[in-house]
Amino acid sequence: MAHTERRDAPGLPDFSLLKRLARDQLIFLLEQLPGKKDLFIDADLMSPLDRIANVTILKQHEVDKLYKVELKPIVSSSDQLCFLIRPRIQTVKWISDLVNSDKVAGRFRRYKIIFTPQKFYACETVLEEQGVYGDVTTDEWNFYILPLDDDILSLELPEFFRDNFLEGDQRWVTTAGSALHLLQSVYGSFSKVYGIGRCAKMVYESWRELMEEGEQRTRQPEFAKVFLIDRDVDFVTPLCSQVVYEGLVDDIFRIKCGSVEFGPDVTSSDKSIKVMLNSQDKVFDEIRNEHFSNVFGFLSQKAKNLQTAYDKRRGMDIQQMKAFVADELKGLKQEHRLLSLHIGASESMMKKKTKQDFQELLKTEHSLLEGFEIRECITHIEEHINRQVSMIDSLRLLCLLSITENGLLSKDYKSLKAQYLQSYGIEHLLTFANLRQLGLLEEQQAGETLTVMESKVGKLVTDKTVGKLTDAFSSLAKKSNFRALSKRLALVPKSGEEYDLRVPRDMAYVFSGAYIPLSCKLIEQVMERDGWTGLEEVARMLNGQEFAVTGGCSSSEARNKTDAQRIVLVMFLGGCTYSEISALQFLGKERGCRFIVVTTAITNSARLLEALLDNGASV
Amino acid sequence: MAFVTANWNPLGDAFYRKIELYEMGWNLKDGLRDCLVAAAPYGGPIALLKAHNRRSPSARPQLEIFSSSGLPLASFPWKSGVVKQLGWTVSDDLLCVQEDGTLLVYDLLGGFKRHFSMGNEVSQSQVLETKIFHSPYGTGVAILTGALRFTLATNIDDIKLRRLPEVPGLQGAPSCWAVLTQDRQSKVLVANGSHLFVLDNTACTPVTPPGLSPQASSIVHMCVSFSYKYLALLTDSGHVWMGTSNLKEKLSEVDTKIKAPTKQMAWCRRPKSQQPSAVVMWDGLLLVVGECKETIQYHLDDDSILVPELDGVRIISGTHHELLQEVPGACEEIFKIASMAPGALLLEAHKEYEKESQKADEYLREIKEQSLLSEAVRQCVEAAGHEHEPETQKTLLRAASFGKCFLSNFPPEQFVGMCRDLRVLNAVRDYTVGIPLSHTQFKQMTIQVLIDRLVYRKLYPLAIEVCRYLKTPEYQGVSRVLKHWACYKVQQKEESDEVIAKAVSVKLADAAGISYSEIATKAYESGRTELAIKLLEFEPRSGEQVPLLLKMKKSPLALSKAIESGDTDLVYTVVMYLKNELNRGDFFMMLRNQPVALSLYKQFCKHQEQDTLKDLFNQDDDHEELGNFYVKASYKEQRLEARIGHLQSAVDEYYKAKNEFSAKTTEDEMRLLRFQRKLEEEKGEQLVGFSLHDTMTTLLSVGLHKHAEQLYKDFRVPDKRFWWLRLKALAEKEDWEELEKFSKSKKSPIGYLPFVEVCIKHHNKYEARKYVSKVTLEQKVKAHLAVGDVEGAAEAAIERRNESEIGTVLSRCSATTDHLLVERLNRAKATVAKK
Repeated sequence: MAHTERRDAPGLPDFSLLKRLARDQLIFLLEQLPGKKDLFIDADLMSPLDRIANVTILKQHEVDKLYKVELKPIVSSSDQLCFLIRPRIQTVKWISDLVNSDKVAGRFRRYKIIFTPQKFYACETVLEEQGVYGDVTTDEWNFYILPLDDDILSLELPEFFRDNFLEGDQRWVTTAGSALHLLQSVYGSFSKVYGIGRCAKMVYESWRELMEEGEQRTRQPEFAKVFLIDRDVDFVTPLCSQVVYEGLVDDIFRIKCGSVEFGPDVTSSDKSIKVMLNSQDKVFDEIRNEHFSNVFGFLSQKAKNLQTAYDKRRGMDIQQMKAFVADELKGLKQEHRLLSLHIGASESMMKKKTKQDFQELLKTEHSLLEGFEIRECITHIEEHINRQVSMIDSLRLLCLLSITENGLLSKDYKSLKAQYLQSYGIEHLLTFANLRQLGLLEEQQAGETLTVMESKVGKLVTDKTVGKLTDAFSSLAKKSNFRALSKRLALVPKSGEEYDLRVPRDMAYVFSGAYIPLSCKLIEQVMERDGWTGLEEVARMLNGQEFAVTGGCSSSEARNKTDAQRIVLVMFLGGCTYSEISALQFLGKERGCRFIVVTTAITNSARLLEALLDNGASV
Repeated sequence: MAFVTANWNPLGDAFYRKIELYEMGWNLKDGLRDCLVAAAPYGGPIALLKAHNRRSPSARPQLEIFSSSGLPLASFPWKSGVVKQLGWTVSDDLLCVQEDGTLLVYDLLGGFKRHFSMGNEVSQSQVLETKIFHSPYGTGVAILTGALRFTLATNIDDIKLRRLPEVPGLQGAPSCWAVLTQDRQSKVLVANGSHLFVLDNTACTPVTPPGLSPQASSIVHMCVSFSYKYLALLTDSGHVWMGTSNLKEKLSEVDTKIKAPTKQMAWCRRPKSQQPSAVVMWDGLLLVVGECKETIQYHLDDDSILVPELDGVRIISGTHHELLQEVPGACEEIFKIASMAPGALLLEAHKEYEKESQKADEYLREIKEQSLLSEAVRQCVEAAGHEHEPETQKTLLRAASFGKCFLSNFPPEQFVGMCRDLRVLNAVRDYTVGIPLSHTQFKQMTIQVLIDRLVYRKLYPLAIEVCRYLKTPEYQGVSRVLKHWACYKVQQKEESDEVIAKAVSVKLADAAGISYSEIATKAYESGRTELAIKLLEFEPRSGEQVPLLLKMKKSPLALSKAIESGDTDLVYTVVMYLKNELNRGDFFMMLRNQPVALSLYKQFCKHQEQDTLKDLFNQDDDHEELGNFYVKASYKEQRLEARIGHLQSAVDEYYKAKNEFSAKTTEDEMRLLRFQRKLEEEKGEQLVGFSLHDTMTTLLSVGLHKHAEQLYKDFRVPDKRFWWLRLKALAEKEDWEELEKFSKSKKSPIGYLPFVEVCIKHHNKYEARKYVSKVTLEQKVKAHLAVGDVEGAAEAAIERRNESEIGTVLSRCSATTDHLLVERLNRAKATVAKK
């Protein structure tokens, strides 16, 4: 392993407690409806539920049959129906229709809706409007946080991103606040809270209110600091292709709720295998944060070690053999199995990665991040669209282009958009409207270009792209916040230097040394300065809304240097990527502290953009 | 200290004492004669109502409420129906049970709170007798109706009436009855002559008390202990039977030898007492009975009532208020004549010490030799708690403190706690406050309840002082008192809104956990809306302000407060309320000024009311959004005509929004749809709904080149795209001849590398080679490598003198077979590098 753990790294709090709490409450709720019942579960709750309470536990509490909510008429002979759902209007409406059709058919059943993590007034309104309020009992399962791993906690709310940032619907804010409150009540209060972004501020406010209402507990805190960050502070990072092992697995195979399904091409058999990806898997734990180019070497080394371990058998006498079989063989077999899976996965990824397209894609991305050879990039994107390579990837490159260049020239914008619509259909007009609303893909306003160009003319001479006039105009003639931020925070390392990915020297390694994730850099800087002093300019460029407050526990507690003081909780509102987690882990090892990531959901470029699609299918 | 034991009387092994609590401050003409009296336990208030004068029903009796010391709290003429019974609830409210089964509730200052009925059956057959009882579930009422049936409610704050089963053979009113609380259920125990029955929800069960003396032909009185654990029965033969209330065990039976009609009987048993004992009252006589044959007799001058308490019985007469109880163990140990208990010795030691006599040391030694000093201190502290006279308390505490000096490691909590408790108790026992709580009662009722009681009496300053003195958490202590004070304050009609608001805010400013909204609600309820709004301004949690603002019909304010709170549920509540309350136009106008509410409502409409969404956009003249709305609508439509109709509306809106681009694109889409349909009809190919690109792909793959060509021209498809399309389609069909023709038709806008790659993709190296020569110089190396021609690639790379390209080629060479080539490349690389 390239970077070894610092010996003084603080231990992590035990998050399995959260699971136990959730399970106990669920069981309590199920017991509120005694007797046999059928349970309908929202599709996206299936996996999280499985991590909390498996089918056996559910059956023990008189759940007869399990169904997935499919918004279609149901076939159930049970007299008691229980629905475990997210508070979505659509689902509640479906349940109302169900109740009403039962009524028409003269059928009497008992219905219970368990909303998780909380119920919304809007859902109750629907029940009322549909005239079934009295027929249904409702409850809340306060299942706010699912620990995906020792240091990754997820709210499992992918819709948070779209609802909050696109639709301006802030109902999940209180949910996030409650999640923090839960952490605080179980693991003690925090000494300091930092944050940036509108949503972060609101979450903090809602959390603070909960804190004031509830009783103060004075116990040794298990975290020191909290950092809240909005996803829209940094859109660049999630739009980049991931090249760290775990991120790449997510991009290619899609990790769902901490587990992934490897298809036949990976397992080299005819069936798929579901694998849990977390620190329990020793092989995975060692490569998850590694740049992909190192993974193969590591895996083959591992394979050799394994072989040696197996080879020990030779020359053993009976007694030793017995001990070997009893103690080691099982572990070795398990390791063997996992190793072969990861090798399979790596091979499959390698195939995709070394293809011409992927290389070109990476090159374009890096050029965009550096602000170099923009014209070529546009040409490449155009070709990408024209060839219908991938709906999402094309969109991703367009967004990346727009953000890094602070909007597209009107001419480029129109032509690229027209070509995209020709390739993928006119319904993407709505997608483009969404992207524009979020500032992901914008058209430059004519006036703006000129004035800014004048001010920047002086700098033209020093820029290396000066040779190409078109480039100079398209890349420099705008007040590109990303560009300025990148300069100020040194996000893009100087090109030309060799970057040895085996011995990473900074967080840029998660993007092959081409770019340090903005979000992680911000966190690093704020932690270093213990606040926003000196970062005013940066914050202004990120639309402000930054804050730093001293938290609940008294200063004397904060002063004693316990382990807890070196644990930082980072909450991403709107999702975070595995690359960001890897980068933070790296930072933690460098600084001798630990980062715990709380996120509304794990995201990546595809999920991010899919949430913003508005083609007929998603309605 | 002989005087301490002056009022002690022995009964069996134990002593009983009667302490005077107060000389009553009231001035009653006839004492308690012919009065309905109710006194609340735990030193609560006393209510008095002169019995109805049957001869002059028009005369209105006065209902009077006094503190335990006889100070008047309230007095008002009784105007309602005939009262059968008075009683107090656990929260110090007065309950008046009327003959017709109506219950009226007053607070202890005589303010009317509410009334409720005990059901039709009761009101028809009238109330015969009533018992008001307290259980862990609150205050309950049991009624015996004229029809000789029992109706029972366990908690008057949550009325659930239960009609109990009939008692067999009951001809007239039963000789006596009582309410028991057992197994989380309230039951009635009825005596009909010598027969006893237990009535619960479902059944009437006859029971027999074990060992009841056979002389008795009728049970004339019964009483249940404070804890519902014990039962005492008085028979017509004058025997008092005592046992457990489940009637499983007999504790004792005593013959009083008095057969006159009893007035009242009550348990007089303290927790951890030595023997069961009850107090029976006749006219002018009070008797304490215990386990032994003897009894203690007290003479009564006046009409009195007994108030059972947790640790004794209070006796209230027209002039005095006394407490009768068994002497607590610690007091007995210390004060019993010639006691050698460690506590008694310590007290003596301290007395000698104060006299500066060396005897103090002797006493101390005696205790210390038995190493009982800590026990002695403990006894003194405990006994102090049970003493009523502050002087005695002080003496005992001083002795304890003195003893403590000779102990290391003695935990101070007990002593300090007792000093604090006693200070509070003495304060509330004061004549002007009149709550004669004993220490045992105080511990049972808790400080929170005591503060409540003070608050009910509006003794706010005392309550706050107690809270501060006992360091009660602000939340449960001072803040709570202040809130009550404020709620009371806002009801004072004579002061102006400003003055009250100011007074409230000044007093409450620095108190934690104050809910201004509750105070504001009170203000609103007493008709002071303006004051309520003023007070709400102080509420830090905007969420709390909203419901009241809505109630007061201040909806715009409510909406902005809801939004401020950041709680979307709250915003929804207001929005939905407004939706029903306002007309549509006003509603939309209000939303328009509140973007957060608007976007929330839009979310709701998206799922529930599509049309409203359209209206919203229309009102805002948001043509862009309308356009998007129609585009979306078009995709939900199955029929093509309707779809095109929607798109036409979208085009119109886009033009209005001056969004030429979207308008044009949408028009193109309409054209495309029509084209697709025409072709579908003609050629039978599934096309409608495809994107332009997909349409062309399909057309090319089925050989409809002309039509594809037409689209290419009509829709200004870029050349590059068209070439890619053609290229892919031809390769897909492996029509190599056509491909070659196509490549030669004119200069390729996408270059020739794609040709090479496409051929390779379809595993046709031969065809691929044809295009290698046409590839531009920059891409030559790639092209050569693609077809597997390493040498060609090497040539090209060397010719271009490009270091990285040479490197790429090198990586593809195998050292064994092409070592000549490798050498050449390395040499070239070296020369390039030199330059």
